Amino acid sequence: MYDKGKVLIGLAIFLVLALSVVGYNMTTGDHKKPEPEKPKGYTACVKDTDYMRSSHMVLLNEWRDEVIREGKRGKITTAQGIVVEKSLQNGCMHCHTSKEKFCDTCHVYASVQPYCWDCHLAPVEPTDGKEAQ
Amino acid sequence: MDNRRRKFLKLAGLTAAAGVAVPMLGSRAQAVSGHGAAPAAHGNDGHEAAPTGVRQGLVIDSGKFHDNPGLAEKCQKVCHDYHNVPKFPNSKDEIKWIWTDKFPNVFPDHSHYKKDARLSAMNILALCNHCDNPPCVRACPTGATFKNSDGVVMMDFHRCIGCRFCMAACPYGARSFNWRSPRGSENGKPFIKNYNQEFPSRMRGVVEKCSLCSWRTKQGKDPLCVEEANKGVEGAMVFGDLNDPHSEISQILRQRFTIQRKPSLGTKPSIFYII
Repeated sequence: MYDKGKVLIGLAIFLVLALSVVGYNMTTGDHKKPEPEKPKGYTACVKDTDYMRSSHMVLLNEWRDEVIREGKRGKITTAQGIVVEKSLQNGCMHCHTSKEKFCDTCHVYASVQPYCWDCHLAPVEPTDGKEAQ
Repeated sequence: MDNRRRKFLKLAGLTAAAGVAVPMLGSRAQAVSGHGAAPAAHGNDGHEAAPTGVRQGLVIDSGKFHDNPGLAEKCQKVCHDYHNVPKFPNSKDEIKWIWTDKFPNVFPDHSHYKKDARLSAMNILALCNHCDNPPCVRACPTGATFKNSDGVVMMDFHRCIGCRFCMAACPYGARSFNWRSPRGSENGKPFIKNYNQEFPSRMRGVVEKCSLCSWRTKQGKDPLCVEEANKGVEGAMVFGDLNDPHSEISQILRQRFTIQRKPSLGTKPSIFYII
């Protein structure tokens, strides 16, 4: 290899720079696991927590297709016996009453910008008087 | 050399035989399985197709709306308020699910220049016709608009890309395009005054129209406009299954003379009018 020394030094500098970002977050403890606020008094969602955590968007798409395209508007009963409509606005957000405290915590952390709220109305946040988006 | 020619001729002969035999077998198989009869079922231009499944429709008694001024506007308000239909200041941007128009505009096929005073003064309630043969569905490149199992032409707003082919295809002007964001405002006036939290709004670049309140009819309720109209005058609008001979709507259609919008186009509307 030509210029072995220079290349290796360059590589080392690159690695230090690239990893410094991760290292910074690890040492300063600035990265906190997002903790979405779960609705109080509820013990079970429509599916188990692991599934909801990883695949809630898949479920929402399935619901959409079932409701709009197949006309299957039947409701779902949770393990706790709560009847839930297959709907983001009229189902999920009835228990998860705050978009900011539930949806946004993870979505902001992961820098995900789902377009749900371009059309769907988030529940009106109680105190800060902001207009519902 | 001979050997190769012999092989070639054999192969050519077999290929030719197969070429003749396979289509014959295919057509026989098709005839046996009944596919051969399919075109007859589709060739229904101008003729009534055999009724299959549910086909929801409406009868609108225009006379009752004419005798009760303001009733049509009430129906429109109920619908537009519930479905978060924005009100844009420029009439070119207008979004409408249900609206009123003059007789010659709603029924150009039935209008002539010697109309009586009542007909000339009439405001006819118009909405998506939920055609049995909907041209908008054929035009939509993404499948965002489609016919559901109740015979209702539905919109899946998620999938609409805003190409407006459906608007060009619809002969009734029943579709509106969101040129501007419905969530916006002009001069401090929001386009949607009071949001209904139970229904989504739309976003800029999406086409919208009446869905015959499919979210309500599944629960056994009448569409909002029908409920509102019948609060004012009993029987001003009747909703039901056109394919069920025992439904109220079928009985009315058997007893009364009704007209459809632009029947000559062959779209077979599900909305019928008593004039």
